Amino acid sequence: MIELVDVHKAFGANTVLTGVSLTLRKGRSMVIIGGSGTGKSVLLKCVLGLVQPDKGAISVDGTDVTNLRQGTPERDAFLARFGMLFQGSALFDSLPVWQNVAFRLLRGSLKKPRAEARDIAIEKLRRVGLSSDVADLFPAELSGGMQKRVGLARAIATEPEIIFFDEPTTGLDPIMAGVINDLIRGIASEMGSTAMTITHDMSSVRAIADEVAMLHDGMIQWTGPASEMDSCGDPCVAQFIAGSAEGPIKTVR
Amino acid sequence: MNVLAIIGRAVLAMLAAIGRVTLFAIDAVSHLGRPPYYPREFAQALVQIGYFSLPVVGLTTIFTGGALALQIYAGGARFSAEAVVPQIVAIGMVRELGPVLVGLMIAARVTSSIAAEIATMKVTEQIDALITLSTNPAKYLTLPRVLAATVVMPFLVGVGDIIGIMGGYLVGVERLGFNAGTYLRNTIDFLEPLDVVSSLTKAAAFGFLAALMGCYFGMRSGRGAQGVGRATKSAVVAASVLILAANFVLTELFFSA
Ligand SMILES: Nc1ncnc2c1ncn2[C@@H]1O[C@H](COP(=O)(O)OP(=O)(O)O)[C@@H](O)[C@H]1O
Ligand SMILES: [Mg+2]
Repeated sequence: MIELVDVHKAFGANTVLTGVSLTLRKGRSMVIIGGSGTGKSVLLKCVLGLVQPDKGAISVDGTDVTNLRQGTPERDAFLARFGMLFQGSALFDSLPVWQNVAFRLLRGSLKKPRAEARDIAIEKLRRVGLSSDVADLFPAELSGGMQKRVGLARAIATEPEIIFFDEPTTGLDPIMAGVINDLIRGIASEMGSTAMTITHDMSSVRAIADEVAMLHDGMIQWTGPASEMDSCGDPCVAQFIAGSAEGPIKTVR
Repeated sequence: MNVLAIIGRAVLAMLAAIGRVTLFAIDAVSHLGRPPYYPREFAQALVQIGYFSLPVVGLTTIFTGGALALQIYAGGARFSAEAVVPQIVAIGMVRELGPVLVGLMIAARVTSSIAAEIATMKVTEQIDALITLSTNPAKYLTLPRVLAATVVMPFLVGVGDIIGIMGGYLVGVERLGFNAGTYLRNTIDFLEPLDVVSSLTKAAAFGFLAALMGCYFGMRSGRGAQGVGRATKSAVVAASVLILAANFVLTELFFSA
């Protein structure tokens, strides 16, 4: 279970999060929606400890993880349970695709023989719709959508308990977006992983969300089961679903 | 504003920067004896920093050695001391010019590439990705580079010293009419073990500083292409200045007796 209580974050004068409280139960799939630039990526990074919140508490399975120090065994154990797909993919451009996917399997405590790691990498690439031909290419040789899928394969390579997806379908064609939606749905239901996904794509929301949270103005405006999203009555959610220019979410920000 | 306040603020900022760099260095070096180890990254850094720097080291030192021989000959002629060319070239190259020039070339070549690479990784969230993949950037990126530069620099400077002396020898024998055997004998007789030890010690220190600055500024890079550009520039400037300052301190320690 992931629990955020009153999380605040500002970058200098730019206040981004102003009291986010959110609970995600184990094995559930939550989708965070909200206008671009509202701090959705920052929110995920706060949970991972990549961004230090100014105030508030974050706990995972009841353990407070807000102030885990880099390099401590507790922090290592915490990170070992996570997988993360970054918004910009964040592939290591000095390594070929398969070594990106198998990164954790090639070093450290999860180290496996090279051939085995490569086989796992190719299997994961196939799951995200990439053939083994791309395994030996470098990230710079791939299109944006392919890079995104490699990032996805890397995030799920070690079958982590908790997976964060930052805009997994942005930049993909609708067919491939459907494949990725099914994959994320499958990860939550088959592997029993807890998933938190950021997306702007309403078809994605409907495909993968058990629960939806709407982030606006630095706070969670509404959160609830995906089935209640259409009838929740929250003006932000309604505007987002309708894709309308009229409503509390400003078109100039 | 008060002049004292300005000076005080600058001094404080400098002390804070020294503190940050020191902590950064201690953090990286503290991973030395602790697994996991990244031998592949270390080997790659050795090849990148050591092997691929050989051409630039050779070119820099051979021309410098040659020019040095010409200068000493011309200058020495004013008080009929032309004969000291081999000795002064040897001392000049080994004690000062070898380590300093190779150090500065490494700052240009290695510090800049390390800083740009790491800064780009920072800007494109690759450093964040490393952390989420349970890999400590200090251990995986900084330590291999700093360690490789520290162990490979004495080798580069050793080669540079020899090539520099050779440059002086070529000019001395071909242009200035020195006897080849005498030139070499004078060089070898005159050099003392301390000269060589100081040269290689300086080399290790300069290698450490060059790689450390590249990593430090890379890791602290601001956002965007501009951030990468700034990080690279600052890293090269800091490495160059620190190398020259360290050279002074080490010369003082070795030879001021
Ligand atoms: N490392 C950072 N330093 C300074 N500002 C940041 C940083 N990361 C994000 N921001 C700012 O935080 C705000 C929210 O960014 P982000 O979380 O990426 O938005 P989104 O909801 O589109 O994912 C933006 O205004 C962005 O400029
Ligand atoms: Mg984002």
